[in-house]
Amino acid sequence: MISFIARRIVIAIPTIVLVSIFVFALQKMLPGDPILVLAGEERDPIVIEALREKYRLNDPLPVQYFAWAWQALHGNLGISLRTNAPVLDLILEKLPVTLQLAAMAMSFALLIGIPAGVMAAVKKGTAWDYLATGLALWGLSIPNFFLGIMLIFLVSVQLNWLPASGYVSLGESVSQNLRTMIMPAFVLGNALAASMMRHTRSAMLGVLKQDYVRTARAKGLLEPRVILKHALRNALVPVVTVGTLLFGELLAGAVLTEQIFTIPGFGKLIVDAVFNRDYAVVQGVVLCTALGYIALNLLADVLYVVLNPRLRAR
Amino acid sequence: MKQSPRRQRRLGASLFRAALLGTLVAGFAGAAAAQSLRVGLAEDPDVLDPHQARTFVGRIVFTALCDKLVDITPELQFVPRLATSWEWGPDTKSLTFKLREGVKFHDGEPFNAEAVKFNIERAKTLPESRRKSEITSVASVDVVDPMTVRLNLSQPDVTVLAQLSDRAGMMLSPKAAAAAGANAGAKPVCSGPYKFVERVQNDRIVLERFPDHWNKGQYAFEKITYLPIPDSTVRLANLRSGDLDIIERLEPTDVKTAKGDANLKTASAVGLGYQGLNINVANGERAKNPLGQDKRVRQALEASIDRDAINQVVFEGQFTPGNQFFPPNNPYFAKDIPIGARDVKKAQALLKEAGVKTPVAVEVTMSNSPRSLAIMQVIQSMANEAGFDVKLKSTEFATMLNEGTKGDFQANQYGWSGRPDPDGNIHAFVTCKGGLNDWKYCNPEVDKLLDQARTVADPAKRKELYTAAQKILHEDLPIIHLYHESWIWGMKKKLEGFTPHPDGMIRLENVKMAS
Repeated sequence: MISFIARRIVIAIPTIVLVSIFVFALQKMLPGDPILVLAGEERDPIVIEALREKYRLNDPLPVQYFAWAWQALHGNLGISLRTNAPVLDLILEKLPVTLQLAAMAMSFALLIGIPAGVMAAVKKGTAWDYLATGLALWGLSIPNFFLGIMLIFLVSVQLNWLPASGYVSLGESVSQNLRTMIMPAFVLGNALAASMMRHTRSAMLGVLKQDYVRTARAKGLLEPRVILKHALRNALVPVVTVGTLLFGELLAGAVLTEQIFTIPGFGKLIVDAVFNRDYAVVQGVVLCTALGYIALNLLADVLYVVLNPRLRAR
Repeated sequence: MKQSPRRQRRLGASLFRAALLGTLVAGFAGAAAAQSLRVGLAEDPDVLDPHQARTFVGRIVFTALCDKLVDITPELQFVPRLATSWEWGPDTKSLTFKLREGVKFHDGEPFNAEAVKFNIERAKTLPESRRKSEITSVASVDVVDPMTVRLNLSQPDVTVLAQLSDRAGMMLSPKAAAAAGANAGAKPVCSGPYKFVERVQNDRIVLERFPDHWNKGQYAFEKITYLPIPDSTVRLANLRSGDLDIIERLEPTDVKTAKGDANLKTASAVGLGYQGLNINVANGERAKNPLGQDKRVRQALEASIDRDAINQVVFEGQFTPGNQFFPPNNPYFAKDIPIGARDVKKAQALLKEAGVKTPVAVEVTMSNSPRSLAIMQVIQSMANEAGFDVKLKSTEFATMLNEGTKGDFQANQYGWSGRPDPDGNIHAFVTCKGGLNDWKYCNPEVDKLLDQARTVADPAKRKELYTAAQKILHEDLPIIHLYHESWIWGMKKKLEGFTPHPDGMIRLENVKMAS
């Protein structure tokens, strides 16, 4: 197991290098000059030249890339062109927010999606199945920004139950934090729950036809035990795959949802950075997200093995 | 499914309990908030260093955080702030300020002539300074006595006073600024009524009352929190739910909703800037077409546009139609250049006179905001009726700027946020060497008039010069002005004493919450 994990980590290194080169090259290909944006409305030529010098934008591209990479290896991700703040500080400031939002959204997705998927599969063809499938279709079709704004109007403006936005960190107040996070987490989790439900349902349908399930029933096991212990456990392998991929997406930031609920996570950070051509911030956030994806893939591989011991031999 | 896994049930129960607890706690949170003001901004400000900052919203924060030498009134008159009086030297080649006694910076350092000298020199020399062009005519600063400071100008320049009524005239504590260098924006130390507490990027900026401020009696709130909420619908929803006390840039189309809410009121002021169509007349190959080469074609395009219709259709009548560099309520607005009504026949006649083949192809580059799109679609349909074939190309702002400076555009639609001094609205855009003249319009007569206007202190004489220049510009039409935005604020009905200013700032002097 340890050598398996170690091997995966070694393979991840070239992936990260490639990702950073790609992002760097793509940004430089974007039309638009960051310094023109940064120089302010007046576009003073003296200011423009000074800024180009300061951020080494006159150097050839490979020189710029290696300068960045060398600093990154030493834990210095550079300075935001827009706000002068160190990129690492910005990332460390946003990472807990994004992680919490992702975790809460995922909890919603799992709590809703898996039970609904199991139910739809077990009661296939009944009203329960159609209800769950219909709700999933609704969840997948309704755009996040629309659901978000409607929830704000209902829950915050009309009923005045929860604040419309204004993030409070966990350190300041746990209850206030949950009050501001619960709506965005639900909005995000809602769409994910729908795909989790679909995947659980189809995986369960496949598993329920298997011989060992018939055998378990023939042994006289109670139905809930057959479904939860024998069927669901095996059906979860594809669900884990989907779940980790979706979680990785959440870590890249949920732009629209963050914008609507003004949650200061990665999404808003990277969108502002791209529009302002804030190269260092884009590089830093993408690097961080790539690391997150790789870690999640590793986690998924480990989970497969836990769920299905047969995979251990490989 | 009859039974759910135990672990899931436990998690579900604790989530529910947490939510319930949260709802109870919220009931008590309201009382403590009475002394604080929560302000909704449309963007996240950039660096909080007045010498490096470049965003509009940043200036809103500075209004509470950093005092400046002089301020403006809603009528654009200059009034004392850190300077109590000022006097122009002979030929407007120097400007002497008497400074306010007993003013302290947030770190306890005294404010005096040395501090002014330090700040002006910092704004002129800091490599990252964005203020250099604003005070380029300030050659040197003399400390006359501890409370008197004189700016020596390299040439007569009356626009300096207006520059010092904004970021170039804001004062940082010399001690703190010298220690922090280019990083002063991380923890700005000024002398304003509120001092810096913390900032979480994209989330909030918190200021608290500065107990030693020279004018502290006029400021009611203990704490000011600025929250950037870019989506205008969400910003309004936050105001309606009571989470915010005042928001800036309420959408014109939301004014009705806000007025319909019994707990809210709105305020507005016509801004200092303008929005227009900029036409590439001489910047490279893309200027070589009938629109760029023949002013009659540009006049035809102007005649085809119904400015009032744009204002009614896109902005529900909340903005102000305009055809000049200054809005109609500005002292420098030329009354004898009236805003013409739409005249399709005149437009068609002009095109015929110019002898161009219709429809005349025009590609307009614009930013990818819904507002720009709406304006341009209205213009597109009006112009097409008069013999144009308008194509719209939308890009994001950084790209549009880049194409603009390179001359890679036939026409583009953007505006200018405006300056209190007329020079700031016109000189850089239409003088031959103007830094913002992306269309490369050049007319020596206009240059002469606008350069001369910089040296004249008498407002009536200045106005004559600007009007003469505007008459030529309105004939040549490198820029077809469309409308002037208004700053619209939404706020709680209980919030009293707010005075709308044409610069769009939120001044907190005398603002309080009625009990």
